[in-house]
Parts: sequence; structure tokens; C-alpha cells
Amino acid sequence: MGKKNKTELWIALVAIALVYIVVIILEQTMSPGNILFTVLKKGAIYSLVAVSMNLLNGFTGLFSLGQAGFMLIGAYTYAILTMPVAVKLSDQVYKYYDCIIHFDTGILVGLICAGIAAAVFAALIGLPVLRLKSDYLAIATLGFAEIIRAIFQWNTLGPVTNGANVMREYKDLTSVVIPIINVRIPPTLFVFIVAGLCIAFIVLLINSSYGRAFKAIRDDEIAAEAMGINLFRHKQMSFVISSFFAGISGALLAMFQYTVVASQFKSAMTYEILLIVVIGGIGSISGSCIASFLYIALSEWWLRGLDMGKFLGIDAPGIFRSGFRRFIFSIIIMVIVLFFSRGLMGDKELSFRWLAKKLRRKRSGEAAAKGGGPNA
Amino acid sequence: MIEFLHSNLSYILSGISVGGQFALIAIGYTMVYGILRLINFAHGDVFMCAGLMMVYLSASMPMMMAIPLVLILTVALGFIIERVAYKPLRSAPRMSVMISAIGVSYLLQNAALYFTGGLAKVYPEIPWLSKTITIWDASTKVVTVVTPILTIVLVVLLSLLIKYTKIGMAMRAVSKDFETSELMGIKIDRVISVTFIIGSFLAAVGSMLYFTNYASVAPTSGGMPGLKCFVAAVFGGIGSIPGAVIGAFIIGICENIIKGGSSIFGIGGSGWTTFSDAFTFALLIIILVVKPTGLFGEKATDKV
Repeated sequence: MGKKNKTELWIALVAIALVYIVVIILEQTMSPGNILFTVLKKGAIYSLVAVSMNLLNGFTGLFSLGQAGFMLIGAYTYAILTMPVAVKLSDQVYKYYDCIIHFDTGILVGLICAGIAAAVFAALIGLPVLRLKSDYLAIATLGFAEIIRAIFQWNTLGPVTNGANVMREYKDLTSVVIPIINVRIPPTLFVFIVAGLCIAFIVLLINSSYGRAFKAIRDDEIAAEAMGINLFRHKQMSFVISSFFAGISGALLAMFQYTVVASQFKSAMTYEILLIVVIGGIGSISGSCIASFLYIALSEWWLRGLDMGKFLGIDAPGIFRSGFRRFIFSIIIMVIVLFFSRGLMGDKELSFRWLAKKLRRKRSGEAAAKGGGPNA
Repeated sequence: MIEFLHSNLSYILSGISVGGQFALIAIGYTMVYGILRLINFAHGDVFMCAGLMMVYLSASMPMMMAIPLVLILTVALGFIIERVAYKPLRSAPRMSVMISAIGVSYLLQNAALYFTGGLAKVYPEIPWLSKTITIWDASTKVVTVVTPILTIVLVVLLSLLIKYTKIGMAMRAVSKDFETSELMGIKIDRVISVTFIIGSFLAAVGSMLYFTNYASVAPTSGGMPGLKCFVAAVFGGIGSIPGAVIGAFIIGICENIIKGGSSIFGIGGSGWTTFSDAFTFALLIIILVVKPTGLFGEKATDKV
């Protein structure tokens, strides 16, 4: 690693540390009901799932649309494992079934098991599915996500999954405690820590020799195979790891929402995540993160007025009624897809050098425009 | 066997009917895929939009005017989608076109959500189609009987069009080899537009039959039928029109038997209804693994 890269790395680490410090300060000073925290938490959760999808779509070139299914597995595994036994045996949640699982686990075990459950399932469906090419792969993974949803809603499995009914009363974000010293971790910080660790792992993976193999497969399968890369093994690996993190983000989403129900994880959810990845730039981790926070902030906060009848001081309840926000949103997305198909970041990563380059180009562009003006 | 047929007759009848409706949509998928190699995710939503147009138009004008107008508007919608969202991306990688298709689907659904206020709309009764008749002790609507006949008539017409007209010949040429046919002087854009027009027209006809059966249209009611019809197209062999029709009938019938059947493989209960959608995808995965070209598909060789 050159000296320049090393300073670059240190700057990045300091910037990330700053983000965490800001989160800690915000959480100590502002009231927890503030909408900012909703945006931060949900944004971090979506960042994780968007990055996990980017690992598949952007770095391995596997166009998979199964993310919602794996999130569902994660969310349910987490909910089932961490729900206290007393609640499971009472009628509070399992109204129509007798729960057959008579133990509960802690949050950390729940999160890891959520990831593992999703990964195991991914390994199983990867066997047939990963032999398919581009759009067939997309539709087959979409299909598997639907099958997963059907299985979780099936009333024969009711004693485990509570059928199509809501899961709740499991351990949510407010009950995160550090085991031995018994200190509560603030909810937003916890989401940031988990999502941050997972994303850091994915970044390390992408920069390892496995990551280079993934990129080789994306760029040219046949050439990659000729170079001695085991295609199926690497595809399987990317698919399983991506699903593992999708499972964890599903569990985080369940923690964040307090309740979880299978019918929420429709293919529309996968599309939403895919569009976030596209907005951020396919093949850019930092792009996916920025896009998720932007997307969540816009849809949950800044554009809320579009649904409520008043936006930017304009009062027009006839136009700004429920659903207008998403309508505007989808138009923006179409514009991005059609005219800015590289997204926010393209396949570059956010760094100071990148920012400096952008600024310099802008300035030199202005200078050129000024200089060239009179003569032309 | 007769016993089984008789006790399940109403499910089989509605299965045939749904199958016919699916067939009309599946043709749109299979034709577009045959030519552009694109899964047109928005096709199911075009189908839903046709349903909504019918709801709004029939409220303000007589049925005899509303029906042709819906057909024309749906065709226009399909045409515009192709021109705006797919044509600019013709030289882009396949993945970006697919993302664009998903974006259009998202846009249409959200637009429908906004204009309807998110509520399911009651589909108007098309006078003659919604009448009830009785066949072999099973009562059903006229539409159930009309659908398969109409489907077959339309498919025959379409096959004739593809086989004997100039534009049909162009379509076959383009689906065989995109670039060569362009070099031979075929106007690609025109052929693609005609494909989308035919697909949207059939989707509009399909939506009239389908929603007469289901009686309500919601912004999300295009998604599932759309995906199922794509599966039907893959099952029959993508690019093949008779394949799509047969695939659609098989899926329609199986799905309705699963919905209605009281017990399958000895496991009773109404729980199998949950799987009527999942069944379609299970079928898709089996066919993709066992025979990726589908029932009637041509074998494609990968060129390096």
C-alpha cells in the first residue's frame, strides 16, 4: 500500500469515527421521538441490505431479486428466537396455535442465527438457481422469495411461524443491553454498530482475492473461468454471504418495527432496494449507503408534505394527497434510470480524492467556459 | 377419474378461464422477450392500468364506447412506455433495460395508487359477459366459457399475422437475429413498436375478461398475474406463442385446483391456498433446471 493510500485510509477511518460520534451526541441530546432517529435507523438498515444486494448485482454480476425473501427469513428467525418463553406460551402472540419452541435466546444470538438461517437457505436454493443466466436468475430468485413468503404464511407451520398473523413482543431495539456491565446501548447507535460491522466485512471481502474473483466473474465469465476461477463456488459464496447480511438486516428491521408480518416482504420491497442500489450506483458501496439514507430521508421525512396537503408552503390538499409522494418519487427514479444510469457514484467510492477531483473539474470547467466565452 | 372431474368441475372451468386470460397476457411477454430479450416487468401493470381505465371510462360513457377506447388507450400506453423507457436504452447493457422495466412497473403502480387513493375499485359489469349459466351442475359466468374461445381465435389470428404478413415476417427475422435483420433493411424500431402494440392490445382484452371474473381492480392486482404469465411464457418456451398459450392454460388450471382442492398428498386443510402463487414459481424453477428452453423453445447456443 502506497503512502497516499494510507493517508486516504486514515482519513476515511476518521470520517467514519466522526459519524459515530455525531450519532452518539445526537442520541444523548435530542428526544428519542425525533424523526431524525427513524431516518437514521431505517437508513442504516437499508444501507446494509442495499450493500448486500450490491455485492451480488454490482460486484459479482448476478442479477438476483430475492432480497426480500432472505430478509423475511432473518426477521422471522430473529422474532421466533428472541420472543420470551412466557409470551410464547401465553395467548398474546400465538393466539391460534400452540408454539412448539420452548426456549428463547439473547439478541446477539438471534441476530447471528437470523443471518445463518438466511445463508443456509441461500446455499440450498443456490444449487439449482445459480446455474441460470441473467434474467432467468432474476425471475427464479424472485420466485423463491415468493415461495418463502408462502411457506411462512402456511397455517400448517403455524406453531412455529404463527401463520399469517403478526409477530410481536420479541426483543426490540429498546432492550439492547451489554451483557456483563448491564449498560443499555442507545437504539440508533446499536443499529449503526451492527450495520457498520457488516458493511465493513463486505468491504474487506470485496478488496480480498475473493472480491477480485467476483469482479472477474462480473466482467467476463468465460475469461474468469479460463483464469482458473471456480465459477460455481464463487457465485455460491457471493450469494450465501449476501443472503447472510440480508438476513441480519431483516432481523434489524424487525427490531426497529416492533412488529413483523410476512406479507410485508413482497417483491415490491426487493424492487425498492434495487432502485436504491441503482440510485447509488451499481458497484459502489458508499453510493449504496448514501442512496439509502437519501431515499429514506426523502420518503419518510422531507417529502412527507406531499402526502399531507402542504409542501414548501404551498397548500393544495387536492393534489398533495396520499400517494403523491411515491408518485413523484417513482418519476424521479425513472429520470435517474434513464438519464443518469450511473447513479450518484457510478462504480467509484466516496473519498477525499474523488471529491477533490470533482471540485477541480468543476472549477476548470468554469474557467474554460469563462476563457472561451469572448473568443467564441 | 370422472368422479374427480365432476367434483372439481367448477375449479377446472375457472382454471380454463383464468388460463385463457393468462395466455393473452403471456403472449405479450413472450413476443417482447423473443425480440428484445427483455422481461417486460411493466406488462402486468399495463394490464392493471387497462382495468382501471375501464373503471373510470365506463362511469362516464356507455359500455359500447368505453370498450374500444380502453383498447386504444392501453395500446397507446404500451407504445409510449416502449418509446420513453426502453428505446433510449437499446444499446445499453441488458441489466439496465430490465431495471428500467422495473422502474416503469413501480411508476405505474404508484401512479395507480395515487389516482385511486389506494382503494380497490369495483369493476363494471360488462352486460353479456357477467351473466350466470350452469354447466353440468356447476354454475359459472358466461365469461368462463367465452374466454378460451376468444383466446384461441385471437391466437390463431396472431399466428396468421406472424406467418403471412410482411410485418410478421420482419418480427420473425428480428427475433432470430437482431443485428443481421437491421442490416437487411428491416426497420427495427417499427417492428418493436408493433410488438408492444400487439402485446398491450391482448393485455387489454385479457384484463376485461380477467376483471369481469374478479370484480375488483387494485393498483397491485397487476403484479402477481404479470409474474405468473411470465412463468407461463418461460414454461412454454420463451419466444413461442403456442408454448405461452399452453403454459398459461396449465398454470391456470393447476392453480385453481390447488385453491379449491380440499386435500393434496393427504395433507388436508385450506392451507394449500397460500401455495397457489408459490406453485407457479416452483414450476418455473423445475422447468428452468430440467429443461431451460421450455416445452417448445428453441435451443439457444451461447456465442463466446
